[in-house]
This record gives sequence, C-alpha cells and structure tokens, in this order.
Amino acid sequence: MTRMLMKSKILLTTKILIIVILIFFNLKNIAMASTFSEEQTINITKNLRCLICQGQTIHESNSDFAKSMKKYIKGELENGKTDEEIFSSLVEKYGQWIVYDPGISRNTLLLWALPLLLFLIGGAIIGIKILKKI
Amino acid sequence: MIISQLGYYSLIFGLLTSIFIFFNSSIHLKKNNSVISDKLFGLIGFQFLFVFISFISLIYSFIISDFSNETVYNNSHTTKPLFYKITGTWGNHEGSLLLWLLVLTGVLLGFILKSRNEPNNYRLLTTLFQQIIVIGFFIFVLKTSNPFNEIFPVQTEGLGLNPILQDPALGIHPPILYLGYVGTSIIFSAALASMISNYVNKSWAKNIKFWILFSWIFLTGGILLGSIWAYYELGWGGFWFWDPVENVSLMPWLSLTALLHCIVTLEKRELLKKWTIVLCIITFALSMVGTFLVRSGILNSVHTFANDPSRGIYILTFLLFLVLLSFVIFIIFENKNFTQKSEIFILSKETAVLINNWFILYFLSVVLIGTIYPIFLDVILDEQISVGPPFYNKLILPFLIPFVLFMSIGPSMRWIKTNFKIGVKSFLAIVFTLILSFITVYYIGEKNIFVILLFVGFFYLLFKSLDQFREKTKNLAQIFSHTGFSLLLISILLNSFSSKEIVKNIRVGESFTLKNEKIIFKKISVEKEKNYESIIGFFDVLDEKNKIINLQPEIRIYNEPEMATSEASIKTTLFKDRFITINIIKDQNFFNVRYQHKPFMIWIWISTLIIMIGGIFAIFRKNKEVNI
Amino acid sequence: MQFLEKTKKSIFSLIILILLIISFFVFKSALQKEKIYFPKMSENQIFTDFEVVELIEEKQINFNKVLFGKNFYLINIWSSWCEPCKDESDKLLELKNGTSIMMIGINYKDKKKNALNFLELYGDPFDQIFIDKQGTISINFGAYGVPETFLVNEDKKVLKKYIGPLNDEDVNEIKNITDN
Repeated sequence: MTRMLMKSKILLTTKILIIVILIFFNLKNIAMASTFSEEQTINITKNLRCLICQGQTIHESNSDFAKSMKKYIKGELENGKTDEEIFSSLVEKYGQWIVYDPGISRNTLLLWALPLLLFLIGGAIIGIKILKKI
Repeated sequence: MIISQLGYYSLIFGLLTSIFIFFNSSIHLKKNNSVISDKLFGLIGFQFLFVFISFISLIYSFIISDFSNETVYNNSHTTKPLFYKITGTWGNHEGSLLLWLLVLTGVLLGFILKSRNEPNNYRLLTTLFQQIIVIGFFIFVLKTSNPFNEIFPVQTEGLGLNPILQDPALGIHPPILYLGYVGTSIIFSAALASMISNYVNKSWAKNIKFWILFSWIFLTGGILLGSIWAYYELGWGGFWFWDPVENVSLMPWLSLTALLHCIVTLEKRELLKKWTIVLCIITFALSMVGTFLVRSGILNSVHTFANDPSRGIYILTFLLFLVLLSFVIFIIFENKNFTQKSEIFILSKETAVLINNWFILYFLSVVLIGTIYPIFLDVILDEQISVGPPFYNKLILPFLIPFVLFMSIGPSMRWIKTNFKIGVKSFLAIVFTLILSFITVYYIGEKNIFVILLFVGFFYLLFKSLDQFREKTKNLAQIFSHTGFSLLLISILLNSFSSKEIVKNIRVGESFTLKNEKIIFKKISVEKEKNYESIIGFFDVLDEKNKIINLQPEIRIYNEPEMATSEASIKTTLFKDRFITINIIKDQNFFNVRYQHKPFMIWIWISTLIIMIGGIFAIFRKNKEVNI
Repeated sequence: MQFLEKTKKSIFSLIILILLIISFFVFKSALQKEKIYFPKMSENQIFTDFEVVELIEEKQINFNKVLFGKNFYLINIWSSWCEPCKDESDKLLELKNGTSIMMIGINYKDKKKNALNFLELYGDPFDQIFIDKQGTISINFGAYGVPETFLVNEDKKVLKKYIGPLNDEDVNEIKNITDN
C-alpha cells in the first residue's frame, strides 16, 4: 500500500516537474486563445493526425475526413470551445493517437523523462571526468 | 533479358568474391604477409566491379523497359521520361538495396586505396569486418529482394513509378544520401579493426577523419535534397515534419557531427579514445536501425516503401548480430587500448568538445526516443500514440540556447588550457547581437521572451563565427559550418514565426487577399504531356507595389499508375517565397487554393550548403598544425 | 578498488546486453502488429447534444430525442457513392427484420436524390435517416469514413463499433448481444 503511494507520489512530482519546465518555455500557448481566428484553426489542425493518410496532419491532408474535421473544428471554435476542450473531446473519440503532442500521462511519462534523464546523466559523467581529472 | 541475367550472375560472383576475401583475409591476418595482402586487396576491386556490373545492368533493364524483369515491371513504364527511368532504378526497394551494396563495396575500395601507408593488419581487419557487412547484405539482396527476378509471361507494359517520386531532387536524393548513410559502415569496420590491432591513436584518427567527413558531407546533402523535395512536391510548404523516416536520417547525422568533433580531439591530444570508438559503432548502428525501421514497414509514414515482414526480421537479426559483435570486441579489447595519461582542464577545447557531444547526444536521444517510443508502447501496453513536432520542439528548442552559447565560445578555446580574456571585441559582438535581435523581434512582432532568447543566441553565434575570419590562423572549415549552422537556425526560426497562409475555395475570375497582396485567379487550362495530363491554374499576384507576379500551380493526373498530384508553383526571392497550390473539389467548379508566404526559405537551403562547404574545406585542409 | 571497478563494468555491460535483447524482441513483435491505426472504442457515452436534419422531411431535431425509448440503437454511416455500403445493405436489412434494434442511418456527404435512389435499389433498412452534409456529425460519433456502424445501448454507451462493411459474423454478434 505504502509502496503504491510512494510510486504515485514520485509519478506526481516528476509530472509536476516536467510540466513546470515545459510551461516555462511555452508561455506563448498560454498568451493566445480566447478570440477565435483562422490561425487558431490552423494551429489546432496542425496538431492533429489524419486517420486516412496516416502520417499527415489534418491541416496538410486533402482527404474527405480532413476536410470535415476542419469544418468541425471551426464549428467548435464558433461555439466557444477552447483548444483544450477540442483536443480532449477528440482524444476521447479517436484515442491519444490523433494528437501529435503526446502530452504527459502515465503512458508518456518515460517518453518525456528519459531524454532529460540522459541529459543529466551525461552532464554528471562529463563533470566527474573534468573535475576529477581522470 | 540477357542483361538482366548478367546482372544476377554478377551478383552471385560478387558474393563468392566476398566469401573468398573474408576467409583469406582471416588467414593472412595470422601470416602477416604484405605481398599476398596486396593481391587480396586487388580482389576488392573485382568485388566492386561485379556489383557495379550488376547495378549497370539493372539501370540498362530500366532504360530499355525490359518487362521480363519483375522490378522493372513493378516500377517503370514505357512513357516515362528517360531521366525517371534511370532514377526509377533506385526508387524501389530492390534497386535501392543494390545501391546499398554498391556503396558498401565502393567505400571499402576507396578505403583500401586511401590507406596504403597504414599498418597491414589494420587494413586487413577493416576488410574483414566490412566483408561481414557486405556478405550480410549480399544474402539479404539475393534471398529476400532480388532485383533480377523474372516474370513469365513477359508483360508488354509496366505498372509505372509513383508520380510523387518523379521529381529531379528526389531522383538524385538516394545516391547522395546513401553515400553518407552507408558510408558510415567503413567507419564502423575501421573502428573495430583499430581496436583489435591496437591502433587507436593519432594516425588512425587522421586516417578515419576523411571517411567521417565524407559520410557527413553526403548525408548533409542527402537530407537537404530530401527536404527540398518535400517542400516542392508534397505541396503544403513544409520542409521538415519530424516524420520517422526523416528522423532516421537525422540520427546518424547527429552522431556523425559529434564524432567529427571527437576525432579531432583524438587527433590532436590522444584523448577520448573509448568514446570515439563508441560513437563510431553507434553511428553505423543507427544507420542500420534506420534501414530496419524504413524497410520493415514498421513505421506509419508519409514516405512509402514496399515492405514485407521477412525482410524486417532479416535486417533486425543482422543488426543485433553486428551490435553484439562490436559489443563483445569492445569489452575484450577495451583495456588494451585506452590508457590515457593526459588530463583535461576546465577551460580548454577538450571541454568544449565534451560539451558539444553532451548536447548533440541529448538531441540524438530525443529524436531516437521520440521515434521508437511509440513502437515500444504499442507492443508492451497496446496503447497507440503519435509523437510529432510539439514533442521535438519542446524538448529541443530550450536546449538550443545554451548549446549555441557554448558553440560560440568553443572555437576560441585553445587545446590543453585557455587563458580567458574578455576584451572589447567580445563586448562588441554582444552589442551587435542585441541590436540585431531587437530589430528582428520588433519586425516580426514576437513578444515571447523565449523566442527573443533564441534569436539572441543564434545571432551571437553568427557574429562570433564571422568574427573568426579576422584571426591569423583561421580554420575555414569550422567558420563555414558554424556560420552556416547559425544562419540555418535563424532562417528556420524566422520562417516558422512569420509564415502566413490562406486557404480559399474560389472559382475562376475571383480573387482574395493576404496581407497587402491581391491574388487573382485568371484562368484554367488543360494540357497533355507524355505521361500525364495537367490542369494548370493561372494566378496573378499584385504585391504592395502593384507589381504583377505570375504563379501557375498544377494538378497532374498521371496515367501509370493512375494518380493525381498537386504541383506547387513557387516564386522565390531573397526575403520570401510565394507558394501556391490548387486542388480540385469534387463535383464543383470551385478550386481549393492554398497561398502561402514562406519567409527566408532560400536561406534554409543556402545555409545548409554553407555547412557542407565547411565540410569540404575540412577534407582539403592538409594536416597543417592549426586549431580546429 | 580494481575489483569494484570490474563489477561496475560488468553490471553496466549486463544492463546494455539486456536492453539490446529486449529491444530485439520488441521490434520483432512490432513487425507482426497492425501498422494502420484504428481508433479503439470509447468507454464513455457518445455525445448526442446536437441538431440533426432528417433526410426525407428535412425536419430539424435534437439527436438526444432520437436516442429515446429503445434498448438498442444501431447507427450506420452510409452514402450512395460508397461501394462497400452496397455490400452491407442486405446485412442491415437482416438486422432490421430480425431484431428489435432501432436502426438509424446517417447519410454521409451525399445528394438527396442519389440517397433516395440508393434506398430504392438496395432496400431501406432504417427507421430514421439523418443527413450529414459536411461530415461533422460523423465526427461527433468518432467515425472517420464510410461505412461505419455503432451499436449503442440505452445509456448511450457504444457496445460495438465496426469500421468497414458489416459481415455475417458481425450480424451474429449484434444479434447475440441484443438478444440477451
């Protein structure tokens, strides 16, 4: 039981840490929003993967599905939905696969943490090498 | 028909020669007789010749449209222009593997010719290891992907080449890319050989540096051509999508770049021996991983390749074998080689190289993990995710700022120990940087502190690199590549922040505006070409000064295979590209028009060329005792 | 000291070796996996709070009111220009006649005339048909092509989802679920 708790605590702290790092470098996405514009539609559709030509974004694709999706997103924005709401409702329907931003979740924690961890380890090795003068 | 047969038998002879060379080189290794070795090295020429004959006969079969050959039948058509008949040779799985073999044997021949003054054992061992790779690929080609399979009855017409591959940039992209990508094999073989023959030292570094530069230059060129193709042909104005197939070519490039800096340290100071060898192995392993990922069809990508799982298993097993082999050799010979006595001081070029490697390896790990993580997640937890541009941007961009700062200071470090003085000059560079960054940021109207920092970093690198032109003992190679790199980063940043685009559904005669420009849809015309029919839209763009610019985007409907592609029309100026594409809307007389402003596009290509020129300078720089 | 160094090294090598072997097997089993992505079924309720227009009478109605009063609903997305839809039409008719499921058709990006012709030719298996001119209604259900079929229960939960035309097996499966 306590081990479970510990585990989830570690999970949570790592999650928060990564979020803080990312937010720091990602102020832009927070600044915009509110008013709906053509650019906002493009920004959303660029982050969505097309299910018909899998490997293209909805923005780039010319498939029927992509065309409908563009209209759908315009409609949702007109209804006053935020980017986050649109993304989460699409993930709900089509799975996490549809967004190009994997986000931080139980499944993707390692994806984000591993490179950063390797960076720290690399730094430590180099630091020891130079300071110890091996 | 006969030519195709010739190609096949030539391949078999090639394989036999390989096996012969493999066994003989291991025997000679024990005898250590230089006279017999020379004869053996002559055989390497023959081996290359066999593969070359085989390759030429495949090209010939494509030119004469010999449809008794399955590869030609599947990928060619009589109405195709000659140029695309030839490039079609390597535009498919079988033919491109033959190109692999050609490069594999070619670089070995080149290596043997260029290493006449090296120790005999080292040359023999390199030959031995390269032959292992060559034999592996010979068997792979003959067993799973024979380009000379016959079909009966002989067909009168072929199935044609995928129209999006019928493009000049993509035509020459594979040979250039493969010279770099497959060229890394010789680095791998030589690294293993140097370890066993106890030759990891200055002269080895000098010898292998050529091949590292060689691979690096061609790989850079290959990636450049691929990006240009994507920009022109895929029709949505991007040039890099963090698509797995692109990542796969970027990974060996990153590790080659790290290796490039390491090998110089080894050459000058006999330091970082172990690490250099590890990088040599990693680089080729990454090439193989890439080949596996692309050829097995495990990836879900815009770039298509015919694939079947049995090929995947073969490459995967072979890859594991090569990695384990190098792993075992590394462990056995590790202690023999790597005693290093020199020390590293904090303020020295050695430290700068280490920091360079630290960051590059981090970028590499981001790309690698981003590419294979979805595969692992899918297999282990049966969860599917997509890892796209947002992931790479978030993990790479913040680290670029310290990276370019270190990159700016690094070159002014000296070997062994540096006495740092902060003079008026470095102060001036900072002032220039701040002024220019301020102007740029003001101009594009970006208020985000992070973007401003990126610009400051990139401009600082640009000034510091240019500043070195004034030094007496200047290293042109380094100045060019670093200047090119900073220009590349600046252009990419400007391009991504001030691109504008508009998508409209309009009829002939209608118009729309983007910023201060008016775009008028004049007319549409249909033309018949040899292997496609083309619908051309005529557009006039009135710019701010009321000058008229003509744009003619096309929709091509190819006959074999039947497929429509959209050809962008692009007008390039120094400051921006105007990019337009059209698409048909089903059952309507509207056209879907996408018009874009792509600022500083041409500078992305130019700066990559400058980076390559840096590499070429490095090759022709005769080993003068100059700081790199 | 040297012993420690040696153990450290062999542990490190062992870790790398294990990672290599794991990667090998992961890649190997990845080769057998389906490369094309199909969205899984969502476990939540489907979204139904939107307006739809009937095909024949062209009356507007909230979809919430459509899913009312029955135990099971079969939502089928179809179109007259869709070839596989012709193949599955007799399967749908079999379901309409053999079960008490409420059959709802969503006519995807179609023309009214063509749609009515299609129904005349291949039979009309639907209790109610709504039009989806823009393709946005299908997105509400989480569909991305034609034909796609959803079996929904009274709580608006999707029990089964079929991408592509229905076959005999699917029909039996639907019958089994709705009979219990």
